[in-house]
Amino acid sequence: MTAYNDKSGPFTHAPTSVRLTMATVLMALVPATLFDAWLFGWPAIFMFLITVGSCVLLEAGCLVLSNKPFHPSLGDGSVVLTGWLLAMSLPPWAPWWVGLLGAVFAVVLAKHLFGGLGQNVFNPAMVGRVALLVSFPLQMTSWVKTAPLGSEGAPSFVEALGITFGHASGFDHVSAASALGYVKTELSRGVPVDVSSQHLPDLMDMVLGMHAGSFGETSAVLILAGGLLLLARRIISWHIPVSLMGTLFVLGSLFHAVDPGRYAGGLFHLVSGATFLGAFFIATDYVTSPVSKRGQLVYGFGVGLLTWIIRTFAGYPEGMAFAVLLMNALTPIIDHHIRPRVFGRTYKGEPLPLKGEK
Amino acid sequence: MKLFTVRGGVHPEYRKERTAESAIVALPLPEALYLPLQQHIGAPALPVVAAGDLVKKGQLLARAGGAVSAPVHAPTSGRIAAISDMTAPHPSGLPQPTIILEPDGKDEWAELPEAIADPLNASPDVIRQRVAESGIVGMGGATFPSAVKLNLGTERKLETLLLNGAECEPYLTCDDRVMREFAAEIIDGARIMAHALGAPHTVIAIEENKPQALEIIRKAAAGLADVVVVSVPAQYPMGSERHLVQAITGQETPARKLTADLGVVVHNVATARAVHHAVRFGKPLLSRVVTVSGGAIAKPQNVEAPLGALVSDLVSFCGGLSVPPRRVVNGGPMMGQPLPSLAVPVVKGTSGILALTAEEANEQPAEPCIRCGTCVTICPCGLVPVEMSAFIRKENLEAAARLGVRDCVSCGSCSYICPAHIPLVHYFNYAKGRLNDLDREARKTDQIRQLVEGHNVRIEKLAQARAAAAAAVAAAAAAAETASTTENRGEA
Repeated sequence: MTAYNDKSGPFTHAPTSVRLTMATVLMALVPATLFDAWLFGWPAIFMFLITVGSCVLLEAGCLVLSNKPFHPSLGDGSVVLTGWLLAMSLPPWAPWWVGLLGAVFAVVLAKHLFGGLGQNVFNPAMVGRVALLVSFPLQMTSWVKTAPLGSEGAPSFVEALGITFGHASGFDHVSAASALGYVKTELSRGVPVDVSSQHLPDLMDMVLGMHAGSFGETSAVLILAGGLLLLARRIISWHIPVSLMGTLFVLGSLFHAVDPGRYAGGLFHLVSGATFLGAFFIATDYVTSPVSKRGQLVYGFGVGLLTWIIRTFAGYPEGMAFAVLLMNALTPIIDHHIRPRVFGRTYKGEPLPLKGEK
Repeated sequence: MKLFTVRGGVHPEYRKERTAESAIVALPLPEALYLPLQQHIGAPALPVVAAGDLVKKGQLLARAGGAVSAPVHAPTSGRIAAISDMTAPHPSGLPQPTIILEPDGKDEWAELPEAIADPLNASPDVIRQRVAESGIVGMGGATFPSAVKLNLGTERKLETLLLNGAECEPYLTCDDRVMREFAAEIIDGARIMAHALGAPHTVIAIEENKPQALEIIRKAAAGLADVVVVSVPAQYPMGSERHLVQAITGQETPARKLTADLGVVVHNVATARAVHHAVRFGKPLLSRVVTVSGGAIAKPQNVEAPLGALVSDLVSFCGGLSVPPRRVVNGGPMMGQPLPSLAVPVVKGTSGILALTAEEANEQPAEPCIRCGTCVTICPCGLVPVEMSAFIRKENLEAAARLGVRDCVSCGSCSYICPAHIPLVHYFNYAKGRLNDLDREARKTDQIRQLVEGHNVRIEKLAQARAAAAAAVAAAAAAAETASTTENRGEA
């Protein structure tokens, strides 16, 4: 008999794997993605495929260059997830080079230059989005009116090819502002928030997703469903989403109550922009968020706070991506200072005092 | 009874049903028994027999080798074939001195010490003495000499004897079966131990996944005001001493203290049964119940095996191996040790022999950590495995020690749950071993430094003394010279 005693136990293992985790997250994204593909039509589908495809190819290229095996990083679905989330954060009708360039930022710069899977400090998809947003503000904020597949005015397959790969200018006139962008622009023109928001689709439509915005940020309810699936499967815990959205909601409601003309309401903050996508899928990224639950609460609070500040006071209408990246930078510090209490010890690491002992 | 929550833990697939329903069967006497002198924590036992001696069942073969040690007795009658080195049931596969006994098949008892009449009114010292003489050690696998643990009440006021019947390790059902089949013996042993400890209360904690054992023990304990039977949640590692104490009392044992400092002493249920035999009948520890299980075992069951029987004897008694196992484990799959071969003996701490198939072991190559943080969430000790292992990989043991790697109980929950299959506990065991080595080295260096310093001081003193003596001699000579000159002068 060959006896293996090359490692210590345990000699049993839970049916967990990185691949399974990633597959579950991808599954949770499917409903929202399908809805958005229908909502924005062929150009959005092309954009999605180009972004995800570029990410996978670039990952393979980076692995070859750095002399690493394709398995496990290519097979475990993590790069597909990066590409998927990047695509979700891009304007649905973005041309081909936007997706490709975003993939370069995300996979090559944010991930592989830091050492590949598990080593990156910043969320790759958000690095991709922010680098694009800062470099190409025009393309990155050209939202289109929703044009569901098969509906009148929706581009055909061939027209879509033109939008994605050519310079099809015929569709420029359908561009529309996202809710957050509209409110901000109006405010800068002197229109109070409570007046401008009356011209927005009502909150119910925003929840359902029938409004302009990034590819993946439109359907709050389906993203929420995906997020709940992740919670139910224990892929993520409630700590980041709740503290993030809670902070956003409380700040929004509080300031809205003080000055409704200047500040958008809490509920508006929750259902507009990338709040749900960010809270359940982006900020919860394992690699770039703290490992302890208390650390995650702090991190979620930070993302919520920064998002609200950027949305309210800064030049950009949406601040989730910036907030996530800023808090990513703080993650090592949070992890260093916030650790669980060791059994039998105080938070400082001293043995607990015995009863009756000082 | 109100229970308290314990942090973290996992819920492994228990796979206890394979052996839980079959009664304990006795292993037929093997051709030879191999009794290592070290079957416990502490100093090895010292043989009192020689090759060629004829011994009877229960006769002392090796006496305790120190204050923390345990004697070894003959599990059956026969002839001592040899005392020689033999592979230990330890992952190292290193040899250790072992008494080899060839049974004569008569199974004749030696003259045993007399039963202690009315042990619940006997002096605790008498009971401790008997437990020590009987070679009883912690039978949950820790193998710490039980008599030493029964001493904890002499310096402290103890409240509770906590009898550990949690058996949280997957596969293992030996405690479950012992509880079902020998409930009265366990309760009696527990009451004797509580008396020896001076603990007014006894709590028997059993995981809720053993309803029959719970019911039978409850029935056996009915009417005893000082014994409480508690069902604790099935949550690995509930059977860990400190965690079980927390679940029952809500108190956390401070680092570097004993549960006894909280007034609680924990003993295993099988240990209580052994105490019952020793006190009531004068029988030393000669055998134990072993769960022989795992997917590669043809007929998994619980076997009462004489100490010293070979693992291969047990395996062939259970129908042999149906498929080649990927791992053979001594103990449970979570905290058990891999066996170097099947030709090693069953010892006092062998709770299980598991032959696990590759499918059961589910070993995958380690992948990069994705920092999912599950290990942090489930660590019952509140540690940060992800960070500690990263430091240990870089051989930065000091940093790992600062993060508390020494507080790790090696329960294996983190390795078990890790989606990247990183062998976290392997790193921690390595670090703990290295840190101990470094400590030992530091102590040794310290000792040598002290010796050298002492030596230098002595040399210095010697030199000084010599110089002083020389000076005195010189002074005396000078004085003599002066005196003689004066004398001469006087003469002149």
